[in-house]
Amino acid sequence: MKKQINRLEHDARLNRRKSIRFWFDNRAYEGYEGDTLASALLANGVHLVGRSFKYHRPRGIYTAGSEEPNALVQLEEKAYTEPNRRATEIEIYEGLIAHSQNCWPSCKLDIGIVNSWFSRILPAGFYYKTFMWPASFWMIYEKYIRKAAGLGRSPAEPDPHFYDKTYAHCDVLVIGGGPAGIQAAIAAGQTGCRVILADEKSEFGGMLLSENMLINGMPCHEWIESKTAELKTMSNIVLLNRTTVTGYYDYNFLVANQRVSEHLGPRVSVNSPKERLWKIRARQVVMATGAIERPLVFGDNDRPGIMLASAIRTYINRYSTLPGKNCVILTNNDSAYHAALDIADEGGQVSIIDVRTNPAGAMADSAASRGIRILANSTVAGVGYSRGRLRYLEAMELSDDGLEAVGKKQKLPCDLVGISGGWNPTIHLFSQSRGKLKFNENHHCFLAGRPSQDNPVILAGSCQATWFSRECMEEGHAAGCEAAKRAGFSADQQFDGVKTGQLEYSPQRPLWILPGGHPIGQGKTKHFHELHNDATIGDIHLAVREGYESVEHLKRYTTTGMGTDQGKTSNLNALAALSETRNLPIPELGVTTFRPPYTPLTMGSIVGHDCGDLFHQKRKTPMHPWHDQAHAVYEDVGDWKRPRYFSLGNEAMHAAVQRECRQVRQTGGLLDASTLGKIDLQGKDTRWLLNMLYTNAWDKLEIGRCRYGLMLNEHGMIFDDGVTTRIGENHYHMTTTTGGAVRVMSWIEEWLQTEWPNLEVYATSVTEQWAVASLSGPNAAEVLQELTDIPLDEESFPFMSMREGRVADIPARVFRISFTGELSYEINVPARHGLVLWEQLMESGRKFDICPYGTESMHVLRAEKGFIIVGQDTDGTVTPMDLGMDWIVSRKKQDFLGKRSFDRTDTSRSGRKQLVGLLTEDPEFVLPEGAHVVSELKSSPPMNMLGHVTSSYRSPNVGRSIAMALLKDGFNLKGQTLNVPLMNGTTQRVTVTDPVFLTGQ
Amino acid sequence: MLLIKCPWCGYRDQSEFSAQGEAHIARPVNPHELSEEQWGDYLFFRKNPKGVHYERWVHSHGCRRWFNVIRNTATDHIHATYRPDEPVPEFSDEETDQPA
Amino acid sequence: MSVKPKPYSIFSLARNALNYHQGWQKAWRNAEPKRDYEVVIVGGGGHGLATAYYLAKECGIRDVAVVEKGWLGGGNTGRNTTIVRSNYLWDESAGLYEHAMKLWEGLSTDLNYNVMFSQRGLLHLAHSVHDMQEIGRRGNAIYLNGIDSEFVTSQQVKEMVPFINLDCRYPVHGALLQKRGGTARHDAVAWGYARAADNLGVDIIQNCEVTGFQVEDSTVKGVETTRGRIGAKKVGCVVAGHCSVLAEMAGFRLPIESFPLQALVSEPVKPIIDCVVMSGAIHAYISQSDKGELVIGAGSDAYLSYSQRGGFDIIEHTVGPIIELYPIFSRLKMLRQWGGVVDVTVDRSPLISKTPVKNLFFNCGWGTGGFKATPGSGHVFAHSIKTGDMHPIAEPFSINRFNTGALIDEGAAAAVAH
Repeated sequence: MKKQINRLEHDARLNRRKSIRFWFDNRAYEGYEGDTLASALLANGVHLVGRSFKYHRPRGIYTAGSEEPNALVQLEEKAYTEPNRRATEIEIYEGLIAHSQNCWPSCKLDIGIVNSWFSRILPAGFYYKTFMWPASFWMIYEKYIRKAAGLGRSPAEPDPHFYDKTYAHCDVLVIGGGPAGIQAAIAAGQTGCRVILADEKSEFGGMLLSENMLINGMPCHEWIESKTAELKTMSNIVLLNRTTVTGYYDYNFLVANQRVSEHLGPRVSVNSPKERLWKIRARQVVMATGAIERPLVFGDNDRPGIMLASAIRTYINRYSTLPGKNCVILTNNDSAYHAALDIADEGGQVSIIDVRTNPAGAMADSAASRGIRILANSTVAGVGYSRGRLRYLEAMELSDDGLEAVGKKQKLPCDLVGISGGWNPTIHLFSQSRGKLKFNENHHCFLAGRPSQDNPVILAGSCQATWFSRECMEEGHAAGCEAAKRAGFSADQQFDGVKTGQLEYSPQRPLWILPGGHPIGQGKTKHFHELHNDATIGDIHLAVREGYESVEHLKRYTTTGMGTDQGKTSNLNALAALSETRNLPIPELGVTTFRPPYTPLTMGSIVGHDCGDLFHQKRKTPMHPWHDQAHAVYEDVGDWKRPRYFSLGNEAMHAAVQRECRQVRQTGGLLDASTLGKIDLQGKDTRWLLNMLYTNAWDKLEIGRCRYGLMLNEHGMIFDDGVTTRIGENHYHMTTTTGGAVRVMSWIEEWLQTEWPNLEVYATSVTEQWAVASLSGPNAAEVLQELTDIPLDEESFPFMSMREGRVADIPARVFRISFTGELSYEINVPARHGLVLWEQLMESGRKFDICPYGTESMHVLRAEKGFIIVGQDTDGTVTPMDLGMDWIVSRKKQDFLGKRSFDRTDTSRSGRKQLVGLLTEDPEFVLPEGAHVVSELKSSPPMNMLGHVTSSYRSPNVGRSIAMALLKDGFNLKGQTLNVPLMNGTTQRVTVTDPVFLTGQ
Repeated sequence: MLLIKCPWCGYRDQSEFSAQGEAHIARPVNPHELSEEQWGDYLFFRKNPKGVHYERWVHSHGCRRWFNVIRNTATDHIHATYRPDEPVPEFSDEETDQPA
Repeated sequence: MSVKPKPYSIFSLARNALNYHQGWQKAWRNAEPKRDYEVVIVGGGGHGLATAYYLAKECGIRDVAVVEKGWLGGGNTGRNTTIVRSNYLWDESAGLYEHAMKLWEGLSTDLNYNVMFSQRGLLHLAHSVHDMQEIGRRGNAIYLNGIDSEFVTSQQVKEMVPFINLDCRYPVHGALLQKRGGTARHDAVAWGYARAADNLGVDIIQNCEVTGFQVEDSTVKGVETTRGRIGAKKVGCVVAGHCSVLAEMAGFRLPIESFPLQALVSEPVKPIIDCVVMSGAIHAYISQSDKGELVIGAGSDAYLSYSQRGGFDIIEHTVGPIIELYPIFSRLKMLRQWGGVVDVTVDRSPLISKTPVKNLFFNCGWGTGGFKATPGSGHVFAHSIKTGDMHPIAEPFSINRFNTGALIDEGAAAAVAH
């Protein structure tokens, strides 16, 4: 095992007593508890960690945080594997396995590098210009392009982990746990309000974790510990570390993802959620999200060993790692001088290339006083890289306008380069909240402008370009107080203040795209402003040359900012290059919208527990346990599980259905009809409402009588049907289709509440209050009479009437209605008695030879009688007249819902699609449902279609196949023989008939 | 994610509600007296404004009552909510209808 | 008239590589508006640019301007999930979408711009007996309209998508396959049409917002824009979600409402899913872009909004079914979500129509599915604008159907009951 050659003496934030072993690209390494994969690899001297997306160039670790565009690895293997994980965010644990991505056979020797040799013919958008010949070959080209693209690999097995999800409400949500965020949370917390403090890192402290400054005379890491301890004592503050606020939606609704157990390793953490999604509705939001360092762009700036200057500071001060021995800091501003000083403190060699003409001031002085060499007014004209390591930089002087490199090349040997182009406030969430961004000419970055009306967020710290910790803390305190006040708490406490060293920065030089020996975009070097997708400044020039000059076109044409890092380090440099190329100031270019999520969000976490058994409820009737025992095969109808058929001795469906259908008509059968929608309607205006809802008249329905009705939408099209029964003077019991129950209930409520609020009607859904067994067949009365004293003779209990009484000693409503055409009783009992009722009916039915039957037989039985099923024989384009059901449309009623639409030109025309029966020439052939009848048979499609088969079955009672169809001008086609060409190339001949195949009882 | 004030239940998450289209479209009293165009207009043609919109919502996972919302469809800002039997409230563009 | 651009090819790429690609011309000119045009097309999305292209190429009308308030392809053209198919139920729809499909099949060559039309096959899953009836009906109708259509069993689905969870909450019973269906690169469609139209003399004017119509005697005479008045003998509006806003300027209403529709992509991964898989019943639409991202279509919010954003609950309800059907994607990450504004008619079919204002034509109402129709829509709209009478394929999609009741109800057939 390699020694940790780059590890420093001090502990930093590591637990040096706990050594951790991990594997990267099949080699074992050691790090310490507290390391990230990136810091541990760097400590071991590993810079090369992957290959780039397009050109397969060797790539290293570029940052120390979630903005990482380069160091993406395949974490773990098999079911635990995850592609594209940022090495800079992965906390190492014992046994961690990671692999580099997008390279074959290995990261060091990658065949894909050939792309790099051909890179000159692969500029931005090259694929739009070629692969067009021969035209049919794109699918072949595409296959190879797809293989070359992508990054890591998807897992190939289901996820062994589970995810949690929670809602949270708070008075103040503080995003970011750096100096500003910590003070904001404490200030708000002191007022007594409910606070959530969320930070994406494993511990609070933010940029202070990367610092070595003194606060109030103590090392800043100690200050963090004391503040974290203080926060922990406050019971009204919820502390969420390892939690990234990924989305800012409207009305202060924010989504945060907490990585709960990932840092423990996947194998030990299967019993706790891997991640937890927080859906937070915050009264007030404080954003203390910090800033991300902006890179400088120069030729071959993507070589491993080149990273953000701030990242070097983080590796030194937080992870006790100096990733090189011989360093160069390349900067246009003062902040990077800290990195140089830190390197010098740790005994590293360091020099500074400063693009400013004359770097002066406190920072330059302190560097000079340490003997650090500063090359002022200089740029980088070359990068030496070989055998996986950075070797040297070539510096040249800048011309006065900063657009050219002049003078002699100066070689600076180095194995580490820290770059800094200033800082970009992290305002992604602010932009997501619909806040307007404004370009600030002083800081050369976008800042938060006016917050949106409904998301009045308060900002504090470096996310609004406040660079020094003390000021950040002051702003944090003020923001915490203000947020608490706005949330209705009294917050007048003073900030104690902190003492830190006084810092002062000289202005930066607004120059980010550094010239080298060749004009940018020419020569062999590439200037990558966007490392993730391999987009270069040359690509931007090309895009503008070709007219893709709006920011959005540029982004899409060059794929800038479209990578998994969403352009956190590249967007502004792309704008700077565009600004230069188009000769327009940045504010006039506009900025693309930041979209959620801030960092990629695990899909499992978005789903939470709502998968597998909890994906969607399964509604089961009270009789379900009985069906299970009777070998029912179920059908999904809406959310319901309905028995489709009952399989006797492993019968297949066809045999079971034939048997059930025969038996229902010969002796009797029992159907579980509990799923039918049931609505209880009461109130003096109920009859008036029914007259509006249904096409037929309801004035004369007597108490205890039932009536079938069709319900139309206002377009005049059927959308539901069912039987409604008058229970009392102003009391009705309505039934609907199983799938239509919710829709009908909403339909009734809509009219009652919005159009006819003066009606006295009370509608209550009682679908789940009643269990329903539908007993049907010649022996139905005998079976039922065994269990009830309700007289069942024709005279006392006629067809289409309802009687209340007891069945099997259970209070019941019995409806004599029929969907099979046989003598039928629908017995409704309170749901809790449903199973007993069913068992008693089956028991009593045994000697009368009744059987349970399912939906499939129900469909056949009703089709034999020509009864329709809404949604199968209708499709939302069918009127009652189209079904030949003119008899159910009242001529007398002035108005009902949908009536006016009958008179429209298209609805009243002749030749509409109408419901008919079809009999096949071959009586045993069952037409496939959905097959179409054509007007004229041709040898091959296209053929003119008359309409389609809506229902089709083998009917044991008719003794042949039967079908229903909706055909153009169908009523006039009766008696004709037509053709049904099938998709297998054969044709069936059919005769058009009435859709009633079995008459009489 | 909107935060909607149900006139009966107070502020609730949008996911408890269902949007139900443009408000204040009265069903014609005598539909049969309407021309085909007038009837078609009632059925299908809508203002669909980019700006202030009067619309119906129902608290479907709550009290199940219908009410009206005045919302700006360009910004999704909710100006006011009111019961069907209340007069249309006045609102100003400056006001935010939010809990304190 | 522009200088005739040199065609794109591997040879032109190689030739340009020699001088570091300094020699490429603008894909389209940034035209200044002229005072008058024969035809002004409002809306520089795919449909508008296609209309202009076919006007110039096939209708002999090259005096055309496309005015776009923002940047080309910035609306739904650049926001959709890039699915192309023509597996529609009704004859009218089949005619329109298959017309588009045939144009797609030669589009890259026709435009000399690779729109990456990938006929990788499209599966439409059935999750219930009712779904099977629905695809049964649709599959047969498609077949008899002379369009490719196949039924596949759940086992065949498994062979095409090996990691699918057939036995999910709503088990997969079977599927309808359209082999010619697939995806295309959405931005390239806008850019390719723009370049080709520009090449034929069409003026493409970006950052030019229409603020009103000039109408005399109920006849359109031009448009008022943020860059001044532009006269036109005929005006075609192709502005998707904003069609009602323009209609109001012209003094009429449309049978349309505008809703937020969202979509999302995962981070890129190596090829894992080779076809497009749609599941209407549990609402899960997925394909994989050439870059490797899983492209996932989300549902629409039910409230009007022009804000191009929607609720997070929609995202939850979109990812849920995806993970239910494809459990292996659970550990992958959502990279980006976004929203568009879709213009929805009650029958889920578009509106390609004359309007109460003479010589003012509207092409809108494409709802959630306009991208696939882009070439066909532009083609029939161009011919309609040229003759002043609707192209036979467009005729059934006229605005009159909302009065007569002759709806083309692609939504109704999917209704569930019993």
